[in-house]
Amino acid sequence: MPEGPAPAPVAQRLRVRYAKRGRLRFTSHRDISRAVERAVRRAGIPVAFSAGFSPHPKISYAGAAATGVASEAEYLEIGLTDDRDPARVRADLDAALPGGLDILDVVPATGGASLADRLQASEWLIRLDGVTPDAAEKAVEAFLAAEVIEVERLTKKGLRRFDARSAVSACVLDRRAMAAADVPCAILRMVVRHSTPAVRPDDVLTGLRQVSDLAPPSPPLVTRLAQGPLDAETGELADPLDPDRQAVPPGEDALADTGLASVLSGGTTEPGVVSAQP
Amino acid sequence: MPVESVFPRLEPFLPTVQKPIQYVGGELNSLVKDWDEAEVRWALMYPDAYEVGLPNQGVQILYEILNERDGVLAERTYSVWPDLETIMRREGIPQFTVDGHRPVGAFDIFGISFSTELGYTNMLTALDLAGIPMLATDRTDEHPIVLAGGHAAFNPEPIADFLDAAVLGDGEEIALAITEVVREWKREGSPGGRDELLMRLAKSGGVYVPKFFDVSYLPDGRIQRVAPNRSGVPWRVDKHTVMDLDAWPYPKKPLVPLAETVHERFSVEIFRGCTRGCRFCQAGMITRPVRERSITTIGNMVETGLKESGFTEVGLLSLSSADHSEIGEIAKGLADQYEGTQTSLSLPSTRVDAFNITLANEFSRGGRRSGLTFAPEGGSERMRKVINKMVTEDDLIRTVTTAYENGWRQVKLYFMCGLPTEEDEDVMAIAGMARRVIQAGREATGRRDIRCTVSIGGFVPKPHTPFQWAAQCDAETVDRRLFALKDTLRKDKEYGRAIGLRYHDGKPSIIEGLLSRGDRRVGAVIRKVWEDGGRFDGWSEHFSYERWMSAAAEVFADGPVDLDWFTVREREEVEVLPWDHLDAGLDREWLWQDWQDAIDLDSEEVEDCRWTPCYDCGVCPTMGTEIQIGPTGKKLLPLSVISG
Ligand code: SF4
Repeated sequence: MPEGPAPAPVAQRLRVRYAKRGRLRFTSHRDISRAVERAVRRAGIPVAFSAGFSPHPKISYAGAAATGVASEAEYLEIGLTDDRDPARVRADLDAALPGGLDILDVVPATGGASLADRLQASEWLIRLDGVTPDAAEKAVEAFLAAEVIEVERLTKKGLRRFDARSAVSACVLDRRAMAAADVPCAILRMVVRHSTPAVRPDDVLTGLRQVSDLAPPSPPLVTRLAQGPLDAETGELADPLDPDRQAVPPGEDALADTGLASVLSGGTTEPGVVSAQP
Repeated sequence: MPVESVFPRLEPFLPTVQKPIQYVGGELNSLVKDWDEAEVRWALMYPDAYEVGLPNQGVQILYEILNERDGVLAERTYSVWPDLETIMRREGIPQFTVDGHRPVGAFDIFGISFSTELGYTNMLTALDLAGIPMLATDRTDEHPIVLAGGHAAFNPEPIADFLDAAVLGDGEEIALAITEVVREWKREGSPGGRDELLMRLAKSGGVYVPKFFDVSYLPDGRIQRVAPNRSGVPWRVDKHTVMDLDAWPYPKKPLVPLAETVHERFSVEIFRGCTRGCRFCQAGMITRPVRERSITTIGNMVETGLKESGFTEVGLLSLSSADHSEIGEIAKGLADQYEGTQTSLSLPSTRVDAFNITLANEFSRGGRRSGLTFAPEGGSERMRKVINKMVTEDDLIRTVTTAYENGWRQVKLYFMCGLPTEEDEDVMAIAGMARRVIQAGREATGRRDIRCTVSIGGFVPKPHTPFQWAAQCDAETVDRRLFALKDTLRKDKEYGRAIGLRYHDGKPSIIEGLLSRGDRRVGAVIRKVWEDGGRFDGWSEHFSYERWMSAAAEVFADGPVDLDWFTVREREEVEVLPWDHLDAGLDREWLWQDWQDAIDLDSEEVEDCRWTPCYDCGVCPTMGTEIQIGPTGKKLLPLSVISG
């Protein structure tokens, strides 16, 4: 049986930042990877394939927000058989995806640390409807005051017990956002280091519940605002695509405000995130 | 009254249900039109889970055709799983569409497409959640017209009490015609309320309105008469046949789901209808005559469909796709055009001949040759003659030998169990056939890793077929024969391990039989089952035979009829059948004669009227239709240049 010709080699690798917003926060990682593969085809992007009987497009994902969690900062890497203008790929791929899966930024990979290695921490926004700011504030204070907060989560490997405190490098109430919200709620912003086992926003919530009487009446609305290298001094997250962006003049590569207002209103308005200008 | 999206009320609960993505809509190529600008609004339902319902071609085609029209809006809704149903009841969230998340009860028409009768209980869930009274006679002008279509609508009598209307046959033209009647009526200010609207629809003879017909019964339980109960309603209701498939090249913009569904591909229907004359096959009987889509239209549809969807697989659908008059050119043309583009082509075909393998080879160029499917349907020569599936065992062996020689390693064989006049030995003959298949494969290839999978479905006699009069085989007999077959294969040291056997027990077939050939008295059983918690009857993990049995026993307790009466009883020629007033075009005398021929060993084979003279089944003259086949001699070209 013929094996077919050897697949064309990778000529260009592109790193892509994308968002999942609004209703599409309910997509699973598998749903997203199917949608991206189809969008790549629709957009006519010359994606490279693996060899073998059932070739796979060369698209790899660095982490992925859980089903139900919205995100402004998901990352993938795609191998092309031919060089393409990143700005055009951004526009074409975005147009080929359903609204709510939005391509924010595309840069050519220039080597250096792998994308996964650069994604050291995440900034999360957690909106708790029906929770008073006072209750949330007390919980956050108690949480930050503790050294270790052991929580349990049912994983595929069974019930696991781990510390949810030490991975959290910052946790504050976002008063400006709460004032702008349409219903009474508490809104938290936190920076959580990626660790093993992974501490997820719901683990932090479990911890908050354990150290106080915080009891949100409905499931939290969680949004990942950013991912990247964590600056130990400032506690801020840097843009993980910056090291790849050398060719782009400074000033145009900085990410704009992450569009907090649109995130809070369910992501239905246009986000304030833009990619590097051509 | 403003119609608001229920999504804000639904969203907080979505994180707690299984696969929430199935309820959010937003698929590529879906759209939400302005509610207030629309004059006629359709909610289209496929009464099963989203993963099964979304790929349904009928719903996708109607969705697109209706939304293309000005002033017409169509949205889709699917069955919600019990976890969400519980929440919706608790929170008072109505059945909603996935497009605009609008309450189904707010639409003008609630159209439900039934490919199987096992979706009936799911329809009741949807009506109930939508706040639409279950009985048509309890509905007011506030409620949508509940309209059934799809193959099961050729005998909608078991759900007649729950329906306002039903349509038979191809949906494209009649859906638009109904839309215009509704538009007219609404523009006039909805004179006479829903009854006048239903009357306008019924008058044409193209829409069945069950409540305009009365059914009377004889003391022994048989139907005495089905007659219109008001003047102006024709005695018979006709099926609809689209004669020019090239004029309806849908779907043009296939819906691409985010959730995983049962068919992840772009499907093109390459022809409708089938005249092979297999007596068990309702689809073949009710979709006559054959109407082909031309090779040029097929090529264009594949090209647009792939471009619009990004799918990597194309399915060429029909009842017997290898029978298209230009399938060879289509297969080669598509294989040439998409070679090297990581696009796979599939052609569901179960024909037992070498041509099938030629096509399969074409479609698997450069790829893995995993499995080929053939459908002899009956295990013995005699059985195949009864069902008019004229394939000899030698034909089959010759064909599978060629398949194995061409690199195919696995062969799937489809059969039915419980066919009319079937004896134990007819089912046992399946084992003999499977052994010969393995033997032929081993000889042809010199290898031992040859596999054959035998799949067996329970036969259910269906309305509008020659077997509509036949007694259905009882579940115990079916189970006994299947068990004996399994036992024989298990004990077979030489071949047993190379043969896989797949089948279901005979019980679900009995319930399908009740729902297929039932009359209006069966409606109470469906309702009882639903009240007892019956949902998703097409799913073995949800189906409960006991629930159906006890509901039937309770409902039929005092009457002259029971479950057996509807299923395992043979009917006589003179008996009025519940669907006799619904016209699929088939001549009743022809059907009866074909049934007599089936059980007469000396009768002649019925050939395919595509290639032999018309044998007067009645469809073409009654429906004003004719066979439409090629070859057209046209080419798959013009191909667009694929720019890099
Ligand atoms: S009427 Fe004649 S040509 Fe038409 S489907 Fe029947 S047998 Fe075939």
